[in-house]
Amino acid sequence: MDWINLILIPAIKSVVLVVVLLTGFAYLTWFERKLIGRFQQRIGPNRAWKFGLGHPIADALKMIFKEEIVPSYTDKVLFVLGPALAIAPALLIFAVIPVGPTLNLFGKEIPLVVADVNIGVLWVLAVAGLGTYGIVLGGWASNNKYSLLGALRTSSQMLSYELPMGILLIAVLLVYGTLNLNQIVTPLTPIPWYLRVWILLAFPFYFITMLAETGRKPFDFPETENELVAGFQTEYGSIKFALYYMTEYLHILGASGLAVTLFFGGWRGPFVDQFPILGLFYFAAKVLAMVFLFIWASASVPRPRYDQLLRFCWTFLFPISLVYMAVTAVLVVVM
Amino acid sequence: MANVSTVFREIGAVVQAMGVTLRALLAGPLTVQYPEQPIAVYPRFRARHELRRYENGLERCIGCMLCEAACPTGAIHVEAAENDPAHPVSPGERYAKVYEVNLMRCVFCGDCETACPVEAIVLGHDFELAVYDRDGFLLTKEQLLNPKVPNVVVRAE
Repeated sequence: MDWINLILIPAIKSVVLVVVLLTGFAYLTWFERKLIGRFQQRIGPNRAWKFGLGHPIADALKMIFKEEIVPSYTDKVLFVLGPALAIAPALLIFAVIPVGPTLNLFGKEIPLVVADVNIGVLWVLAVAGLGTYGIVLGGWASNNKYSLLGALRTSSQMLSYELPMGILLIAVLLVYGTLNLNQIVTPLTPIPWYLRVWILLAFPFYFITMLAETGRKPFDFPETENELVAGFQTEYGSIKFALYYMTEYLHILGASGLAVTLFFGGWRGPFVDQFPILGLFYFAAKVLAMVFLFIWASASVPRPRYDQLLRFCWTFLFPISLVYMAVTAVLVVVM
Repeated sequence: MANVSTVFREIGAVVQAMGVTLRALLAGPLTVQYPEQPIAVYPRFRARHELRRYENGLERCIGCMLCEAACPTGAIHVEAAENDPAHPVSPGERYAKVYEVNLMRCVFCGDCETACPVEAIVLGHDFELAVYDRDGFLLTKEQLLNPKVPNVVVRAE
């Protein structure tokens, strides 16, 4: 009977999660285009169906039916492997993020997380790091100078910004005292309010590293249009391009989910104890608010120069996060 | 470590930028859904020519050809003819037998409007001038007398 708990339920949860994520990606593009439009006092897409809700479907159909082109001068295996290697980790991130409390369905206790692992945060960091391989390999295999430069920029950007991000995460984890994302949402011992406020102070810095790690505007150096055509995805078309595109948006969702879990209490909110299903909505609303922040930043701030990006990371973000971590450690021990 | 005051000034600039975009978001879109919604034009906006009539149906144009003389690009061509006293086309002695405006030449300066002693030719608000062949740019008297209702709303000056 254990196969139900060990295989069937996780399998169903994974399928549901992947379907929700991929639909979520499609409508995230709609949400972004609409919102960017409003930020620029335009209406945004509104031709296909009501409020332009048909645009993502049209986009998906177009992408699928485009001609599949593999340029003759590329490394064929790596060229095809690139998008796959990029999107798989992006989907895996969400496996450890609790999207809701434990639900009681069909007489079974079902926790709303695919894998409740002890090292959830490490899993996220490791898998997100793997995602860089897809981009770097794709850029390398394209055998194109723009692709290669985009890929190299991606790798150095990711490496640089992973450092302050990791240090800020250490500080946050010092407060929670666990790497398990479920226990971060529902701590075994309550976290005092002043430490919660102290954590929130780190959020603006963490958000900047998130922007850089997901390669979003204003830090979209992997695909700097005005210098590198389209960066690592210059040679990609049709569904392979769509996969890279999906990866970018899944990273936004994943990063938002993680930030919500770490800083804003995950799925918790009023009346969740009475109606556990509300947790799902709270989580979705919080992730959506985080995505709004992403889009807001991309609509407001122009892209810096590449050296400015790295200097900002190494001479400002990195020392600040070190100081923050040291102070947090002292606070946790003393208070 | 970077100059801290510079960094904080730049952070202030970013916050300011986000305020600008937020205000734009709250202000709402300025877009006009043009073919579905009419465009607002100023009252003195000059677009396609129209020939007007009196209330009793007589044409205002008396064929004086002042517009043709005033036109800086020679876009207007008028041929006048004597009115038949029994069935007058216009209240004057003569009327315009042929009245043509070549829109490919016209610069919409409005000098014809100014020159006209009887306010027969005016520049209306219809700016949708695209046609499928070059002949379509030659407006005949028939077209000038029967302008279509333009897809605009007139805004305040």
